[in-house]
Amino acid sequence: MNKIWLIIQREFLNRVQKKSFLIATILVPLIFPAIIGGLVFVAIKEAESAKPETVQVVDESKIFEFKNTRKFNFVSLDLPLEQAKKAYNETQDFALLYIPAIDINKPEGVAIYTKENPSIEKVADLESLIKNQIHDLKLKEYNIDEAVLKSLRPDVNLKQFNITETGEEKSSSSGMLYGLGFGLGILIYMFVLIYGIQIMQGVIDEKTSKVVEVVVSSVKPFQLMLGKIIGIASVGLLQFTIWIILISVLSSGTLAYFGMKMPQRQAVEQVSKSFAADPEVQEAMNQQNNKAAEFLANMSQIPFGKIAFVFVFYFLGGYLLYGALFAAVGSAVDSQQEAQQFQFPVTLPLLIGYLGLFLFILRDPHGPVSFWLSIIPFTSPVAMVGRIAFGVDDWQLILSMVLLVGGFLLTTWIAGRIYRVGILMTGVKVNYKVLAKWFMLKG
Amino acid sequence: MNALITRGVTKRYANHTALDQVSVTIPERSIYGLLGPNGAGKTTLIRIINQIINRDEGDIEIFGEPLREKHIEIIGYLPEERGLYKKMKVGEQLLYLAQLKGLSRKQALDRIKIWLDKFEIRDWWNKKVEDLSKGMAQKVQFISTVMHEPRLIILDEPFSGFDPVNAQLITEKILELKENGSTIIFSTHRMETVESLCDHIALINKSKKILEGPKKQVKAQFKSNTFVVEHRGNQLILPVERYELIKQVPLEDGLYSTTFKGKEGINGNTVIRELIDLTEVHSFQEVVPGMADIFISLVKGEGDEALKKHLQEA
Repeated sequence: MNKIWLIIQREFLNRVQKKSFLIATILVPLIFPAIIGGLVFVAIKEAESAKPETVQVVDESKIFEFKNTRKFNFVSLDLPLEQAKKAYNETQDFALLYIPAIDINKPEGVAIYTKENPSIEKVADLESLIKNQIHDLKLKEYNIDEAVLKSLRPDVNLKQFNITETGEEKSSSSGMLYGLGFGLGILIYMFVLIYGIQIMQGVIDEKTSKVVEVVVSSVKPFQLMLGKIIGIASVGLLQFTIWIILISVLSSGTLAYFGMKMPQRQAVEQVSKSFAADPEVQEAMNQQNNKAAEFLANMSQIPFGKIAFVFVFYFLGGYLLYGALFAAVGSAVDSQQEAQQFQFPVTLPLLIGYLGLFLFILRDPHGPVSFWLSIIPFTSPVAMVGRIAFGVDDWQLILSMVLLVGGFLLTTWIAGRIYRVGILMTGVKVNYKVLAKWFMLKG
Repeated sequence: MNALITRGVTKRYANHTALDQVSVTIPERSIYGLLGPNGAGKTTLIRIINQIINRDEGDIEIFGEPLREKHIEIIGYLPEERGLYKKMKVGEQLLYLAQLKGLSRKQALDRIKIWLDKFEIRDWWNKKVEDLSKGMAQKVQFISTVMHEPRLIILDEPFSGFDPVNAQLITEKILELKENGSTIIFSTHRMETVESLCDHIALINKSKKILEGPKKQVKAQFKSNTFVVEHRGNQLILPVERYELIKQVPLEDGLYSTTFKGKEGINGNTVIRELIDLTEVHSFQEVVPGMADIFISLVKGEGDEALKKHLQEA
């Protein structure tokens, strides 16, 4: 035990003291605030350009009635088209909308004049505004009164609730769950892959520098393998912890800096300035406030404690399961190139879990494929963590955890048997038959 | 007491037997040469003694006790395939390896300092191994083998990678260790090392031990009753019923050197007695075989008769 501790210490200190560790540990968190800062910057620019565009309207039909929306302000011009065009040219306004005297049964000849090519989106918005107007006008022609008209176009915003077995209602937000599952699943995938390859590299280094026989004359090969796996895991955990701390400190710092310029607040301020009087806009604003409250409520509904526990469990379980396999691959080969033929089959199930995350789990978290992916130990670290936020039955979670523990004990046992032979073999052409032979070799 | 005794140690792999009933007895405070061609099974035996691999059959006793895991600490092993962590500093590296051998950190520090001083390389503490020359790295490697003052030291081809000056230095240290009470097992092909250092030898060939004993005794057993005499005059006619002439070559000043083999019942004294009547003897010597000759003849299967004799006497 004492010797495993020495090995863990060496693996840990040796890596942590490297410059590359220091650089990676500090640089990665710096990238995040840079990205966030960049996004916020873009969002502000976007928000500035998202001010309502002014559209001048020349309506010769005299039947349209444009109300200001969040995207467009309408200004009516009582000029003939040619003069209106000249007048428009002198302004900074977005567009000039020309509606000839038309029959609403045959709305042709509506035109838009702009200085720059307008985005398809904006044109489509204007088109649908006109369509709606024609639609309403037609309905009016059939003597349908305005109250009915309004009730024909209700504002629908689906509120989401989950019903638990106890019948209690929980509101949820699938968007947030999607993001959480996505983020955590990818984190596990990356961690297992990056540090698993480090284990393999470490084993290959020991083999090629031929220090391994000196070491195994003092410790059992299995102790050496275990010490290396645990040592590298602690490097990973340390790096991870530092990242989380630095990222949260730096991110909140960046957000605080940009806080005054937050796009949403700015938009809200702008809107309230110009439309404070408009009761409809007021209502929209209230709704937005409701949404924010709902978002916070959803946040508090997600069982973060449980998710954190599950995450750490699968994080370590998945790492140990694959770490042992990577160690076995490293012991069997003499170089990184040679390792590639075995590296792919080892990472394949991990990759399946990763792809399954996008194809099944995030789309249908409770479907049969999602279920099996989160139960089978080789895919469960990525799959279960992706699924957990959507709510997983306890029996499924426990089954999956037990299988994962069993899985890593099994891979560690298999890997140990290959490792103890492999590390002392150099210059052997290794294939699966050879590996099986090593595995079968008695102690 | 004996440092190490193996009895009937056998190791089998799927297609071949690496060691077949190997029994050796290594006396304490001896320098024991383990000889044999490549692939004979020497490294397998050494790895079994180091408990790196397990034996299928047989017993091993070390200083009177059955070999167990705790004995790792009283063995120092320098493998033939050896190396160090390239990115680690010399001091840290030795400290790590010493602690793996069961020394406390403080003990390890003291011992390492003593050994670095012995080799006058104290200022290497902070050098990385990758910056050392091959010979320098070998010195560090040797220190890592002996710094925990093992009672049994196993050296597999210890001189490969050393220039003659450093080889001499290492030889001195080995003799010093022996003086201080350590037992040393050499595995080597270099017969000059065996001649100059070993006092006991064993020869392993094709997974079997075929010869073992004190070096002098082994050599004596392999004497072929061959003599060389320097004499005046080219006519030295030996009675064919008792002698077999091998060669006769002229030297300077009318001297000749004649090599011949005595038949059954002939020994040095009888030869001298007869020679005095036959010629003017200038020098007389019995030919003692070198270890290299014994090694080669046995491995090639030529020394069967001598081997039989050896086995009978043993």
